[in-house]
Amino acid sequence: MSIVLQVKNLGIDFGGLTAVNNLNMEIEENEIVGLIGPNGAGKTTVFNMLTKVYDPSRGTILLDGKDIAKMTTEEVNKAGIARTFQNIRLFGKLSVIDNVKTGMNNHHAYSVLDALLHTGKRREHEKQIEEKAEELLKIFNLHDAKDIEADSLPYGAQRRLEIARALATEPKLLLLDEPAAGMNPQETEELMNTIRFVRDKFNISILLIEHDMSLVMNICERIYVLNYGMLLAKGNPDEIKNNEKVIKAYLGD
Amino acid sequence: MKNILTNLFNKKNRGRTLSFIIVILAYAGIEILTHSVRVSRLFTSLLVPTCCYIVLALSLNLVVGFSGELSLGHAGFMAIGAFTAVCVSGLIGSVIVNDILRLIISIIAGCVVSGIFGLIISVPVLKLSGDYLAIVTLAFGQIIKSLINNIFFGYDANGLQFSFVNNSLELQNGKMLLSGPMGATDTAKISNFTAGIILILITLYVIYSLIDSKYGRTIMAARDNRIAAESIGVNISKTKTLAFVISASLAGAAGALYALNYSTLQPSKFDFNTSILVLVYVVFGGLGNINGTMISTTVLYILPELLRSLRDYRMLIYAVVLIVVMQVTNSARVRELVNRISSKVFKKREVRL
Repeated sequence: MSIVLQVKNLGIDFGGLTAVNNLNMEIEENEIVGLIGPNGAGKTTVFNMLTKVYDPSRGTILLDGKDIAKMTTEEVNKAGIARTFQNIRLFGKLSVIDNVKTGMNNHHAYSVLDALLHTGKRREHEKQIEEKAEELLKIFNLHDAKDIEADSLPYGAQRRLEIARALATEPKLLLLDEPAAGMNPQETEELMNTIRFVRDKFNISILLIEHDMSLVMNICERIYVLNYGMLLAKGNPDEIKNNEKVIKAYLGD
Repeated sequence: MKNILTNLFNKKNRGRTLSFIIVILAYAGIEILTHSVRVSRLFTSLLVPTCCYIVLALSLNLVVGFSGELSLGHAGFMAIGAFTAVCVSGLIGSVIVNDILRLIISIIAGCVVSGIFGLIISVPVLKLSGDYLAIVTLAFGQIIKSLINNIFFGYDANGLQFSFVNNSLELQNGKMLLSGPMGATDTAKISNFTAGIILILITLYVIYSLIDSKYGRTIMAARDNRIAAESIGVNISKTKTLAFVISASLAGAAGALYALNYSTLQPSKFDFNTSILVLVYVVFGGLGNINGTMISTTVLYILPELLRSLRDYRMLIYAVVLIVVMQVTNSARVRELVNRISSKVFKKREVRL
């Protein structure tokens, strides 16, 4: 199996505060990896560095062997990383289907002139976009709501829509920031099935931050544990469950 | 045929089709009126400017409503379009005799030059956002006005003459096109109401085509959530520039039509007040609401003219109308009533998730 993402000695400082330090991480193709840790451990900061919302102070990030240090957020996405957000960030006034369609722009090139003159090229691309978007919405059980404003969706559906929108950009690596937050057990169960299904269907790797341990232990093949910005442990779910240091970090002495 | 009709009136396109129908019906109604009964000169004199302001408000709505950036210098683009058109029309006047062709060429010139200015300005301006962007666009509008205030431009047998100093042009049998604060004088009045309506229809077509395309979706996505838009690969500055340039071009075209409706035009016409006036039309009609913008522009442009006989009370009534309508349309009770009526008319389907 080849490695999709390789993180070496990654670190970031905010003024005098070192938020993340010396992080080494590898994600293989088609793998579901969990990133867990107590509140304030720096998990979301890692996501923000991977997507270049923050510029890391140290270390390298290789995506498919390519350094993404000089890229902007937008270029990182084109290179193959898509993400969701802990505090949901949808395009609130756009319809549900338009949210998903927006993700596909970079894979469907037609010029402004094509757009203004309604050329065949535009019609062809828009048709493909529409079909792909509907397919994605069906996977996430959002198809019935496709024409309503994203803002008026219930919370759980908004989370699912964010994942659908991220997938629309056809990433190699999908970063999910607390995908099950605010969901009830039944919704979480459905979400787990969807995440597995998406991984198999689109052949992507997934890195997820989550506090719901049943979800993490259930679907993650490997887990990284972060504490105070440093890597505390890594391994498969069974190893992590029985790791003394991890238990201590979560429960205290 | 039936297919096309149902497509035009489905839920998504209903508003769009309605816009075109409103404009065409308004045109037909006014044409019949002016040809059958004697209408006042005031009424006919308002037709072309109303069209211009509608185009201007629609173009500003693209920036303020769809792109979500506050621009206070839209009169600047209108001025660029206006005086470009006056110059072009004056220069080609002796070559092209056909008024319609001359009008088309002048409007296109105004549209293109204004678009170029829009592009140049968008580079520094769109690095800013919010209040800063508003301040810079405000300054831009003032700079353009002052600049045109100081341009003396004309032609004679020796060719084109240009100066920034008054009375320094010595034209032999030539013609002044721009004379500083006096602006354009002795312009051929070649605009007409039909051209105005066609320009509105073209503007509607351009805006709807853009909004429905992938470009429109990115423009609105960048407005709704900048960070999320970047995370899915949207180039924010390119997107905002596109909206800004198209808006500037359309404003230029509106300015061109406006200028060619009068025999004289001063640069002072395009001051800060005009920018604010257009912004009022847009906000009043609803940000991102095309039909609302058209209706509010028509009402708010014509109202002060109709109230002219009331003299000093005119602006007082104008202000009261503004406040009352804003209050009423924002009241929860009225909204609920409108929703109830529209859900009865269009039978909304309940969505279950």
